[in-house]
Amino acid sequence: MEDLLNAAVLAANYIVIPATVYGCQLALGALGVTLIYSVLRFSNFAHGETMAFGTAVTILVTLSLQGIGVGIFPLPTALLALPVGILATIGLTLATDRWVYRFYRRKRSEPIIFLIVSIGVMFVMSGLVRFLVGTDDRVFDDGMRFLITARDFKELTGLGEGLAIRTSQLITLTTALTCVGLLFWFLEHTKTGKMMRAFSDNEDLALLSGIDPEKIVRIAWITAACLATLAGTLYGLDKSFKPFVFQQLLLPIFAAAIVGGFGNPLGAIAGGFLIAFSEVALTYPYKRLITYLAQSSWEPEGLLQLMSTDYKYAVSFLILVMVLLVRPTGILGGAKA
Amino acid sequence: MKHVTLALFLSTAICAPALADDIKLGVLLGFTGPLESVAPDMAAAAELAIKEANESSRFLNETTVSSVRGDSTCVDAGAAVAAAERLITSDKVQGIIGATCSGSSTAVLQNVAIPNGIAMVSPSATSPALSVVEDEGLFFRVAPSDARQGEVLAEFLRGAKHIETIAISYTNNDYGKGLADSIQSNFEKFGGKVSISASHEDGKGDYSAEVGALAAAGGDVLVVVGYLDQGGKGIVQGALDAGAFETFALPDGMVGESLTEAIGPALNGSFGTIPGSLGPIAERFGKLAEENGFKVGPYTAESYDSAALILLAMQAAGASDSQSYKDKIFDVANRPGEPIAPGELAKAFKILSEGGEIDYVGASNVELFGPGEGVGNFRLIEIRDGEIVTIGIQN
Repeated sequence: MEDLLNAAVLAANYIVIPATVYGCQLALGALGVTLIYSVLRFSNFAHGETMAFGTAVTILVTLSLQGIGVGIFPLPTALLALPVGILATIGLTLATDRWVYRFYRRKRSEPIIFLIVSIGVMFVMSGLVRFLVGTDDRVFDDGMRFLITARDFKELTGLGEGLAIRTSQLITLTTALTCVGLLFWFLEHTKTGKMMRAFSDNEDLALLSGIDPEKIVRIAWITAACLATLAGTLYGLDKSFKPFVFQQLLLPIFAAAIVGGFGNPLGAIAGGFLIAFSEVALTYPYKRLITYLAQSSWEPEGLLQLMSTDYKYAVSFLILVMVLLVRPTGILGGAKA
Repeated sequence: MKHVTLALFLSTAICAPALADDIKLGVLLGFTGPLESVAPDMAAAAELAIKEANESSRFLNETTVSSVRGDSTCVDAGAAVAAAERLITSDKVQGIIGATCSGSSTAVLQNVAIPNGIAMVSPSATSPALSVVEDEGLFFRVAPSDARQGEVLAEFLRGAKHIETIAISYTNNDYGKGLADSIQSNFEKFGGKVSISASHEDGKGDYSAEVGALAAAGGDVLVVVGYLDQGGKGIVQGALDAGAFETFALPDGMVGESLTEAIGPALNGSFGTIPGSLGPIAERFGKLAEENGFKVGPYTAESYDSAALILLAMQAAGASDSQSYKDKIFDVANRPGEPIAPGELAKAFKILSEGGEIDYVGASNVELFGPGEGVGNFRLIEIRDGEIVTIGIQN
């Protein structure tokens, strides 16, 4: 019995919890990408940098709040600073849209032009972020780090395996759930949400029924900015903030959005979790888990690792390729490009 | 006859600087990428040596030297080569201080430095592969090869710390693989056991999978051969968060204040090795750094020394082109001669211009051997109460 409990704790500590939290972070990012895709019909490569910008502003506000001694212990101060970060990011995305994307929209440019423009925007934003907070790695999580540490858990339960749960993991999970709930409520039940979906389904029909496209575009940017800042800040709280990493995060985020079905919000969430779980579960060495489950002194020779962790990125892209071959619109079916 | 040669020598010595009264040195470091947080201090240190040369007014008959920075990125060999190409062909530098990382150093050496015949002195490229690379006498490095560091760290683990089993996580590049292999072979030679040696990629979002694999294999200590701003930090943080490991062995790339600041008290008790020395010269360099507004961090001393070696070799050769001074680098770095401490470049220029010999000790106790690389002094460090404390020196 104890062995089974140990096995369960081991799996939770090294597979389920980390993958769930990483999945939430990817899903929030993928939602933003997918939203812009469904309304503006292009893949926004600047999304990673938008996340970094939102987080950077949040960090700056957090620092000044800490400076004047305002905090909400045991929760991190960054949560208090988040609204400012979101507002600044909304300002940035709206300004980018006004000064950059609108020009191409008026010219009715091809989606590929938009995509390339977004790469340009990405470079400008990445410079802006480095200008704002520099290139350093920053840890801004000042709340209580752990709800329970592995050592405390072992002492508490007397089990051989420890389970660690961090505050940031819980915050990530709750915020992601709330956020996704709110987003779906917004899309399903409000007039603006319905307008957005109509616009996304058929632009011409939507225009004929008197929907103001500029308004829809603005709302899409505002929502994407909110999601980006949230995703970035939650990720930064859980790990740390480094501009370089946010650029790298773009790849798994795109993989998640495409696997789930580009332009489909539910798909973005499913894709995020699929990518996160496959990265962790397929490269985990099951030696200890099997030893516990076998409930005997028998111990397997090798590490029982399906593939080395070197291949974890290959895993997500293999899934991506397979999905594109077998079901090009993504698992849950995305917008028809 | 003797007088004629002397007169000839003197006349060229006077003429040559008149043609080129300003020479340029390239400072090709990883200003962006995995080591971007240490590169600015390294560059400042290199430029300090250049500033000293200018202020001494004895360098090649009052030739002024300026520096041109280039970004070697550490991760993108193509970008490093392009930056070096620009330094050499458009800025016309006479020597390169750099690159920061082993991979970019090799790429720059083979694609740009050798074809153009420009000498390079790297402060921090430590891959064992660079010891045997065909360099036409143009490549030098102040830092010791990782083959040596692996031996020192393995000895530290087995000897002083009595560790039986280790797990190794290394950054997936020339530096990481080379050092990890060296640690593993030396540790096994000393009778220890390596449970797993797995790589991690830098700059990725999540390291749960890597930490899971390392934890499953187990070990008394996790050796993290990586970068403190990068995957290395992610692995340490992840392992601590999951309760997988409590003590870490940290080679040079992982030792720095940003790591102790980021991780906090959980890192206490971890230990490692870093090239460098202690005592009066280190203190002296620390003071110089403070006066000039930069911090002494990983490889700042070596950067200062790299620039100083190029300048001193130029002075010894009486010329600023690579083909003349490359053969002098060994002479100025090693005995015999007057020992030169950091901040004493003016004195060294004077001795050299008078035909004397020097033994450049510099900020990092420079001693070159065989393939043009540092012999290396290592500080054995331990983290106590969030401070990096030196507990021994291994030569």
